[in-house]
Amino acid sequence: MGALDSRFFDLGAMDRLARQDTPLHRLDGRAKLLATLAFLVTVVSFDRYELSALIPFVVFPVALCLGGNVPGRWLWRKILLAAPFAVLIGMFNPLIDRQPLLTIGWWQVSGGWISFASILLRFALTVAAALALAAVTGFNNVCTALQRLGVPRVFVVQLLFLHRYLFVLVEETMRLVRARALRSFGRGTGLRAFGSLTGHLLLRTLDRAQRVHQAMSCRGFSGAMPALRPARFGGREIVFVLGWTSLFVALRCVNVSRWLGAAVLELWS
Amino acid sequence: MHMADALISPAVGGAMWAATAGLIAYSSRKLALEADDKKIPLMGVTAAFVFAAQMINFTIPATGSSGHLGGGLILAVLLGPHAAFLAMASVLTVQALFFADGGLLALGCNIFNLGFFSCFIAYPLIFKPLAAATPTRGRIIGGSLLAAIVGLQLGAFGVVLETLLSGITALPFSTFVLLMQPIHLAIGIVEGLATAAVVLFVWQARPEIVAAAAQAKPVDALSQRKVLIGLAVATVLTGAILSWFASGQPDGLEWSMFKTSGHEELDAPAAGVHESLAGVQEKTALLPDYGFPASEEAGEAEEAEAWPAVNAGTSVAGLVGSLLTLTLAALIALALRRRRAVVVAGSR
Repeated sequence: MGALDSRFFDLGAMDRLARQDTPLHRLDGRAKLLATLAFLVTVVSFDRYELSALIPFVVFPVALCLGGNVPGRWLWRKILLAAPFAVLIGMFNPLIDRQPLLTIGWWQVSGGWISFASILLRFALTVAAALALAAVTGFNNVCTALQRLGVPRVFVVQLLFLHRYLFVLVEETMRLVRARALRSFGRGTGLRAFGSLTGHLLLRTLDRAQRVHQAMSCRGFSGAMPALRPARFGGREIVFVLGWTSLFVALRCVNVSRWLGAAVLELWS
Repeated sequence: MHMADALISPAVGGAMWAATAGLIAYSSRKLALEADDKKIPLMGVTAAFVFAAQMINFTIPATGSSGHLGGGLILAVLLGPHAAFLAMASVLTVQALFFADGGLLALGCNIFNLGFFSCFIAYPLIFKPLAAATPTRGRIIGGSLLAAIVGLQLGAFGVVLETLLSGITALPFSTFVLLMQPIHLAIGIVEGLATAAVVLFVWQARPEIVAAAAQAKPVDALSQRKVLIGLAVATVLTGAILSWFASGQPDGLEWSMFKTSGHEELDAPAAGVHESLAGVQEKTALLPDYGFPASEEAGEAEEAEAWPAVNAGTSVAGLVGSLLTLTLAALIALALRRRRAVVVAGSR
């Protein structure tokens, strides 16, 4: 339970980061969303044995973190928390794919290890970019951006509701779980107790939904959420999207790492 | 079973995005036609409930381990398929954005695997006819178990297909299937038991809630068929277009390798892999001058094309360059951070 507690506590941390006021935070959400999607598609489009060409892509998450004042250590911890699935599936590559691909002196590296490393690198890059996007944009602005990009209104409102009530229900659930733990001395975790506990939470949730609906109807809710900050896709947004996208395309075509390495080796010899 | 961005290709990710976007648009339209604005807060709060209920553990009978509620099926039982699909999609979106559970590009795959199968297959085809029409204790337990198992098996199979089509992992199909399906059989049984426990409780306390979702108007056959055809076309088109782009890329990569390495030596000697390996082992130089032949067997042709020819010198250059790039990035980041710290300190 401790792990879950800290996960949800972290959710609050993400919101605090998103409430900062930097030029990057003020940028329209659509621009950041589009640039991140371009980044993800480019990173994922590489061949499965690619390693060196992926490295320069670090620049995007690093830039988002620096520009948006997002602590790198926090981001790194979140990446590690999410890592198990990619590691689990990628782990099989070194076992199955044993054809040697790279030799450094006497040391031979098999294709499996290279593709495993590539999976880990892709994973770190894509997760870092998505988390950095959320941290510099904030959930509400991501939702506004989605709506302006054509996502149906019902779904956007659904996302906003979920985000709002997540905190409320998580706190309530934590109280329930703690109360059960205090009264049952480690027992009382059978299926019947679970059903009644969760069922009660569900009934309370449904009643809450009804109260929420009444309260919102009284205040004139008609199915849409009004946005406070007017969104505007201006010159800065266009420059942001075009700049990053062309950088990604350039990095996709030219392997900067290899070029740099070749240049240095040339100088050295 | 959240898929990560690192394991999928743009073609698969894009195709599943198209399919999922179509389903979201379709479900949203259905809900808009229902014109029941009471349902909107209900969906939001119920999705948050699924999130929160995952914190409540229970002991799995006859084993020492513990499980919790998964989500898709209970949402469908409470809200009906369309609203449940949107609620599940929102849960997965929040998980992708905040917990890095599954990536943004893989979001289409995840919503499809976890939402579509439980909301549009398992619930209407299994749970509803078995349990929702004339609910009894046994029917609810049986229907929940069967629906959860079928939904998760289909979802796990979706994960296998999407991962293998992406071609990032080297796992062969049979191994992957044997890995995924039994695990998800166990997860499905746990999910079914948990869903049955909650639904039973709600059915006993407030039977009208379970009945209300089941009595929602059935979807008329024509519109559903249109939607399915449209979805299939969109999926295939996106996949085809994106994979065309993807297959165009290695040539660019090859070209840039030639260009950046500046060598013409990528033309490999016409020997087999093993012979050149034997040759390699004799050399102890830092930059042995060799490359692998492009292809020797038809079966390996595809792999060899993906990584056309490896020049050890180029690889070392790549390695050195990668380390340099990383160091440079770290240095720049550190410098910028220090500068900002000074600025912040100065402004206070």
